[in-house]
Amino acid sequence: MQAKTTILSLPTEEFVHPGTRACTGCGLAIAYRVGLKALGKNTILVVPPSCLTVLQGLFPVASTKLPCLNVTFASTAAAATGILATLKSQGKTNIQVAAWAGDGGTSDIGLQALSGAAERGENFIYLCYDNEGYMNTGVQRSGTTPIGAITANTPFKGKLQQKKDVPAIMAAHHLSYVATCSAAYPLDLYDKIVKCKDMPGTKYFHIHIPCPPGWGYDPRYGIKVGRLAVETGYYDLYEIVNGEFKLTAASEKLVEKRKLVPVREYFRAQSRFKILTDEQIADIQNQIDAKWAAYYKKDE
Amino acid sequence: MGTRNYKRKTSHSENGPGDGGRTGSWRVERPILDKSLCIPCKRNKEACFICWLFCPEIVISRTIPPKIDLEYCKGCGICAEECPTKAIIMVDEAEFSKEDKE
Ligand SMILES: Cc1ncc(C[n+]2csc(CCOP(=O)(O)OP(=O)(O)O)c2C)c(N)n1
Ligand code: SF4
Ligand SMILES: [Mg+2]
Repeated sequence: MQAKTTILSLPTEEFVHPGTRACTGCGLAIAYRVGLKALGKNTILVVPPSCLTVLQGLFPVASTKLPCLNVTFASTAAAATGILATLKSQGKTNIQVAAWAGDGGTSDIGLQALSGAAERGENFIYLCYDNEGYMNTGVQRSGTTPIGAITANTPFKGKLQQKKDVPAIMAAHHLSYVATCSAAYPLDLYDKIVKCKDMPGTKYFHIHIPCPPGWGYDPRYGIKVGRLAVETGYYDLYEIVNGEFKLTAASEKLVEKRKLVPVREYFRAQSRFKILTDEQIADIQNQIDAKWAAYYKKDE
Repeated sequence: MGTRNYKRKTSHSENGPGDGGRTGSWRVERPILDKSLCIPCKRNKEACFICWLFCPEIVISRTIPPKIDLEYCKGCGICAEECPTKAIIMVDEAEFSKEDKE
């Protein structure tokens, strides 16, 4: 087993420049920066339209030091496949292809290309950063926006439907590696990327990304909000290695502690959930408790 | 015919800082470090660096003392919030506006 990376052992080389166009306190900026450290300098990125393209910048300056192919929304995984084919024809075997896409670009628009590539077993890492909405275009609902969240097109009652469980969809493709991560736990993200790099086929990451303007909180609380999502048991950190599910990092510790922070604290920290009633919150709390009761049982 | 100017034709970007301009001008509050509270400063050895890890803008250096690049710091305040000893506080930029003009 690889040793856990600490702040002091995290590589100091940076692949992102300061002064990006991302919003103040953007959670993506943290996950992207640390994620690129893990991917390393021999990496080609593939990125569809999203806040990440904003962060990456406009011609003629790019904020990322790695080569990146910007592609159309639906084609991320297909374009990554194309790059792999090119590298193969050139006999280059030491280059990592990594697709970074938003939740809209993954759970809705890019899903079929991703499913196709995953089923074929294309050898790349796909990272979906989930800020739970189409944020770049002004906070519209996506397939992974959670129930009850106010967005530009669910302005009164919040979203009525459940969040789509994309990592579960990807796990159903029998991948060698599926992991959930959070911008609030960057070292966990780092270790998971390093761990899966040499595994075969498509590797899928789902990264929870606090977004100050989209979620409605003061930017300084970004990490706190991300952590609350995990500590309340609302968003779980896990990995599925060759079909084997295991909670990791802070979520694993929650099983030992047998104690969750009430989910109300997570909701009340963000204005997008302000219309959630006490009954609705109690309902969601029950669902979380049931989910964790199953985790506890597995642990016994 | 000859070689085409490939870079120009494909709007190839060069990497560099400040794609968003001098983003320090976005700031409404400025992070100020109190070295007497900062753990690596106190111990005079590498430690903590939580502010460095969580800075979304990569403007805090992993040095003793940690230095903050105000040219690009957007003033999000995550460093102040996450610092375990509250060694960084956020101060209203208005307090510095006179100083900056001088
Ligand atoms: C085919 C197509 N439809 C719509 C758009 C406009 N568009 C650009 S970014 C974006 C939002 C993307 O959302 P997501 O993938 O979640 O990334 P985020 O912006 O939230 O980071 C949209 C709708 C587009 N560029 N192409
Ligand atoms: S809208 Fe949200 S995800 Fe997009 S750049 Fe701003 S903070 Fe980041
Ligand atoms: Mg999104």
